[in-house]
Amino acid sequence: MFLALRELKFARGRFALMGLVIALIALLVVLLSGLSSGLVNDGVSGLKTMPATAFAFDEGTKTDNAFSRSVVDGEQLESWRQADGVDEATPIGVSIVNAAIDDGTQVDLTLFGVDPDGFLAPGTSSGTGIGAVDGIVVSETAREQGIELGSIVTLDRTDVELEVIGFTEGQATFGHVDVAYLPLTTWQLLASGQAPAGAPTAKAIDAVDFDFASVVALSASDEAALDLAAGDELAGTTSMTLVEAFNASPGYEAETLTLSMIQVFLYAISALVVGAFFTVWTIQRTHEIAVLRAVGASTRYLLRDSLAQAAALLIGFTALGVAAGVGMGAAMPDAMPFDLEFVPIAIASALTIVLGLIGAAVAVLRISRVDPLKALGGQR
Amino acid sequence: MTLTAPETTGAASVDAVPALSVQDAVLELGDGDGRVRALDHVSLDVPRGEFVAIVGPSGSGKSSLLAIAGALAAPDSGVVRVHGTDVTRLRAGRRARFRLDNIGFVFQSGNLIPALTAADQLRLVNRLARGPRSFDPMPLLESVGMAHRAGHRPGQMSGGERQRVGIARALVNSPSLLLVDEPTAALDRARSHEVVELLAAEARSADVAVVMVTHDRDVLAHCDRVHEMVDGKLSA
Repeated sequence: MFLALRELKFARGRFALMGLVIALIALLVVLLSGLSSGLVNDGVSGLKTMPATAFAFDEGTKTDNAFSRSVVDGEQLESWRQADGVDEATPIGVSIVNAAIDDGTQVDLTLFGVDPDGFLAPGTSSGTGIGAVDGIVVSETAREQGIELGSIVTLDRTDVELEVIGFTEGQATFGHVDVAYLPLTTWQLLASGQAPAGAPTAKAIDAVDFDFASVVALSASDEAALDLAAGDELAGTTSMTLVEAFNASPGYEAETLTLSMIQVFLYAISALVVGAFFTVWTIQRTHEIAVLRAVGASTRYLLRDSLAQAAALLIGFTALGVAAGVGMGAAMPDAMPFDLEFVPIAIASALTIVLGLIGAAVAVLRISRVDPLKALGGQR
Repeated sequence: MTLTAPETTGAASVDAVPALSVQDAVLELGDGDGRVRALDHVSLDVPRGEFVAIVGPSGSGKSSLLAIAGALAAPDSGVVRVHGTDVTRLRAGRRARFRLDNIGFVFQSGNLIPALTAADQLRLVNRLARGPRSFDPMPLLESVGMAHRAGHRPGQMSGGERQRVGIARALVNSPSLLLVDEPTAALDRARSHEVVELLAAEARSADVAVVMVTHDRDVLAHCDRVHEMVDGKLSA
């Protein structure tokens, strides 16, 4: 680092310019990472917080929007309950509805119909858990839309009225819409299309013969022991693990792929820009390198020094860019789906540095080809 | 200085052999019709403490002689020994290390590293050679009259000052051979004499063999021996 640090100081203008580009790329990477995390959480936080191992959809259901497309019956549920490796299997009904609250504010909700005594029943941060036939437990984030404990949510078209009796612990959204948990039987009443206007009643529920749900949620203490293919064959379903099921939420795959592609391009641009800078820098230093090689500097020393220089530049300015990105991220408006999460940011920063170093390594390799004879002005 | 030479001449002590011994060296450059003989059966012995000048017109082969003497290039035939070691038989990595330990170079215009101060130029060479951490560049800079410019970078020095620092840098690892390439090319007459006088003084005080190639015949009075090179042949 002896020479590397002194060159960084000596040519600080050039290195600062390059560093600024690295910092801007790191800033963009952090913003994209935050946006990506935000969109993921907005899209599937309702699923991520579920203690499910896998989900079984009706066989042949199209992957995109599979949760709201799929319909499973009692036989399929029973089949999964008997399957090897399954600790628990419970039905879940999923539908996205338009609604309005007391003051007329229009809201969108994803209804998750679950067994109030099953393993999918949500914990609450305030209010009570699901159980009442007309009660819903909504995502904590729904407060931002003006929903409060005791609010009456009226579903469009059917005029069914549901009362907010609790809020979940943290965000629970699905397809960028706040989740409202309700008893599966109430969900089945709504899904049957026979729900009368007003608050659902036990009598109305008993009068409906609708033994369907959207998917079967599976819980297994040992995921390896869960043979999804065998279970599917017996139940006539198509199952996915929890993470695979994210793709079955509306728009999830399209959003994440788009953002991932932008991030990949940013990493490539970063590596190319750093590589191009160090190529030019190495060419500018050709005579100096020739002198050092003539004096007796080993190729290894020169490569190590140059790579250390690139590493110092990349680490320093990536840290600066990340700090700026985190600062900007904290100031993002609530309406923007943006979540700063340590692991994605750490991975993105490490990738920026590692790929930049690879670009620099390819560039500085030309050091090994510099002929020390050039120190004599190339005269022979 | 401890030598780790793979091949030395007989049982003679290393101090008894010339610092530089070039025997019947031939070097051809270029391809096809453009092929020229840069060195034509050149032989030269230089003991420690002697200051030898090689003069000649451009293209006569002076720099080629410097290149093979400095283990920067290998002759097509002939032998080059530095302090008894046949440098033509060393592999690239060993040649670099050998140069670092045994040969000092003084280039045109000093060829200093722009980012380093005068003191750091010397410290870098010491670090390359894994010299002592306590290395102090000041005595060497003082010996070339540059102690007062220790904290200055090459861009802040005159041509003569750069050459003085270049000479000090070449002496960091106490080489047995100093190879000097056109040291007065960018200097005026007065500075040229100062620099060559300094080289002659260092050759004697540090007991170093000095081989200097130059166009400048004005400075030859400071040399112990002068050879002329024409068309790759060295005068006796």
